[in-house]
Amino acid sequence: MAEMKKIATRESYGNTLKELAAENPDIVVLDADLAAATKTGIFKKEYPDRFIDCGIAEANMMGVAAGLASCGKIPFASSFAMFAAGRAFEIVRNSIGYPGLNVKIGATHAGISVGEDGATHQCCEDIALMRTIPGMTIINPADDTEARAAVKAAAEIDGPVYMRFGRLAAPVFNDPETYKFELGKGVTLREGNDITIIATGLMVNEAVMASDMLKEEGINAGVINIHTIKPLDKDIICKAAEDSGILMTVEEHSVIGGLGSAVAEAVTECYPVPVIKIGVNDVYGHSGPAAELLKEFGLCADNIAEQVRKALK
Amino acid sequence: MDGSKKNSLKEIACKIRKGIIEGTYNARSGHPGGSLSIADLMAYLYFEKMNVSPDKAKDPDRDRFVLSKGHCAPALYAALAQKGYFKEEELKTLRHIGSNLQGHPCIHTKGVDMSSGSLGQGISAACGMALAGKMDNKSYKVYTVLGDGEIEEGQVWEAAMFAAHYKLNNLIAIVDYNGLQIDGRLSEVCSPEPIPEKFEAFGWKVLTMDAHDFDSMEKAFEQAENSGDKPVVIIQKSIKGKGVSFMEDNVSWHGAAPNKEQYEQAMAELDKQLAEIGG
Repeated sequence: MAEMKKIATRESYGNTLKELAAENPDIVVLDADLAAATKTGIFKKEYPDRFIDCGIAEANMMGVAAGLASCGKIPFASSFAMFAAGRAFEIVRNSIGYPGLNVKIGATHAGISVGEDGATHQCCEDIALMRTIPGMTIINPADDTEARAAVKAAAEIDGPVYMRFGRLAAPVFNDPETYKFELGKGVTLREGNDITIIATGLMVNEAVMASDMLKEEGINAGVINIHTIKPLDKDIICKAAEDSGILMTVEEHSVIGGLGSAVAEAVTECYPVPVIKIGVNDVYGHSGPAAELLKEFGLCADNIAEQVRKALK
Repeated sequence: MDGSKKNSLKEIACKIRKGIIEGTYNARSGHPGGSLSIADLMAYLYFEKMNVSPDKAKDPDRDRFVLSKGHCAPALYAALAQKGYFKEEELKTLRHIGSNLQGHPCIHTKGVDMSSGSLGQGISAACGMALAGKMDNKSYKVYTVLGDGEIEEGQVWEAAMFAAHYKLNNLIAIVDYNGLQIDGRLSEVCSPEPIPEKFEAFGWKVLTMDAHDFDSMEKAFEQAENSGDKPVVIIQKSIKGKGVSFMEDNVSWHGAAPNKEQYEQAMAELDKQLAEIGG
């Protein structure tokens, strides 16, 4: 396979905000002193009058975004996942979620792949937190193509959306020419009924690679990309449970409360089958190069393939 | 202030107080103390100051109001009822299942501009509304009422920093300085004093007024008009429970409803005040 181009989804976020701003004058962007890192700086450069730096004060930023939205603006409030979902959780819940305001939260630097900054900044709890907020849409795109489409989709719907982006440059495996994003719909990337791997975000490409490796050994592992974690595409998941009888979830997030939990919750209602969860196993991360950390935590194609072999033994 | 205007505001404030007692009594819960301390302010804002009316409840040019100390929703609801957003009779449904009047303000209630009540959050939303007004060159103003205990929340000071930085001179915050919070006197719980100096240091224009004197109130709001590019905070010296003798300056009425006997006494006192005003 030819080497794929790599782009971090936070880059996609910044670039798409700039694009959208040209079409929609209501779009404004808020950040909490992280514009260079979240890539909202790309927007800021072009639209300084529509960029609101809130300083290092994420709680207030979320409240300001709520107020702006109540007056017809479409605010994209941006910070690291740790602060957007973690620190500001209760403001997101009470000032954005409860009133159902049209605020888009752009959370970058999610997961263990934050790398060298270490555990304080490696947010593996955000999906779990955001899933509990009624009415919150959660999108965790897998590559640049999907992330761009996701930001556009978020801008189009009326209501709060949490978007999860990564720091690490990730392979662009979706063809921008043919890719079509459907909010709330899972995407089958590989067919196969021995097991179905359900992955999200950065782990989708790893799952695809694992499936291709397993294919050579005669194991048919299906792969489904769940970019929208809420509302969850229960149909595609329940069908996979029925077809393959065993599921594996892969996410760069705690195994508690994230995609794995969402999938397990779904199949217990429709077609209970074993769900093997690959994710961060209820531990904190630590400093190190992102690629090495991902390997260490088993968030890579090799480990996914290995766990499939074990599961099917 | 002109005498007849003052009398009419006094009458409205008294009716708001009756609405607070009616609501909390029928709810068997709620926060009468801090609601009563802002009753005069609510009368002044809704009947003198703010450009709002029920027939243009969603008008983009209307003034905005955020009750950051959302537990005093009974005062907001009573003012909205007086103003005609819904029937006064509805105040009796406060906190009941199926009621339009939630324990803390909800944006889906007619006339309520923002859900609030988790303390410290309303002022941030008010900042967002004020900023939106600035961005769109609108002339509306945003009013928000904070509790004096509420300003112990760190988010209030994040918002204070933000409002001054973005020169939100269309934002007017009122701190209801009644000196009491749930656990006791501010000075005994975890004192946020000195309050004026803190806001001043954050770059706000600071004014003070007597919360139960409409002349003082009018003067403060007149001075608030001209703040240069600063946001304005008015610290209103108030009496918690004002208007109901046994509730005044008594912390036990922060979050407790009157029983039947207390309800009757409170209503009798307020009716007497109303009669004296001539309402």
